[in-house]
Amino acid sequence: MTERGDIGNYQPLTYFQLMEVSLRELLVEKGVVSEQAVNDAVEDMRRRGPETGARVVAKAWVDADFKRLLLDNGTRACEAMGIDVPALKLVVVENTPQVHNVIVCTLCSCYPRMLLGIPPDWYKSRNYRSRVVREPRSVLAEFGLRVADDVAIRVHDSTADMRYLVLPMRPAGTEGWDEARLASVVTRDCMIGVAVPRSPRSTKP
Amino acid sequence: MQKVAAAAGGQYPTRYPAVAVRFAPGDRVRVRDSAPLGHIRTPFYIRGHVGVIERYCGAFPNPEELAQMRDGLPAQPLYRVRFLQRDVWADYPGPREDTIDIEIFQHWLERT
Repeated sequence: MTERGDIGNYQPLTYFQLMEVSLRELLVEKGVVSEQAVNDAVEDMRRRGPETGARVVAKAWVDADFKRLLLDNGTRACEAMGIDVPALKLVVVENTPQVHNVIVCTLCSCYPRMLLGIPPDWYKSRNYRSRVVREPRSVLAEFGLRVADDVAIRVHDSTADMRYLVLPMRPAGTEGWDEARLASVVTRDCMIGVAVPRSPRSTKP
Repeated sequence: MQKVAAAAGGQYPTRYPAVAVRFAPGDRVRVRDSAPLGHIRTPFYIRGHVGVIERYCGAFPNPEELAQMRDGLPAQPLYRVRFLQRDVWADYPGPREDTIDIEIFQHWLERT
């Protein structure tokens, strides 16, 4: 029994839902996994959210040695922070005044879940996946992000074993902030690359 | 399996027996323009295009083999390859510095 779609929803199961239920029930019936283990795995994934990625970014903003390690080997850097990132092979790409990075998985929906949690629906949509590789500037503009023509856009298509995280630029007006406060301006979308952290001065209406 | 060279190094070195690494960062490579059936991690839109090796990531079991319930060994070297958007899309309207970086397995790449 799962929570999914059980509130007043009497639609027949789709092909893939039926396959998932059948496979899961078979695995339980044959003693390969228990219902408890399945629920624990789902809960573990639900607990993960972009706050973890934001902590990593904030640390890179204040600690140059950590930032060097993060760009060289993202997995080792996360482990050094005590973050549990099983099986994650993390490539961190840095935004600079000359380069803006944005992440997509055109083939499916590869995403650094260990650091950002479950991806948003738009990240998995055919619209985003097919368009951001072909017309990244218009897609970013639809997110409200206009990238100047003298800034190169680097799209990263996550097609195989690596997972990607954007290291955004630290916004002006955050001088002297501690890591926890810095992390509060780092949103999920900033780490996918469809937004940039707002400077505290620019959040005024 | 003993004959295959172990691919040392890479950003995320693995302990699988692996095919020898053929490319280095900066090498110009062309993506094979081929359309085999199966579970292929090379997107259609990049097949046939020329890019530059950005980095070697390590060697990983071949996903095309894994999808057939085989072990995927020897592991295939995996690279990040950088392409100019204008080379990929003839009508790309943005600056010529705009790029797309894609992970591509070695058996999909040939030297130009």
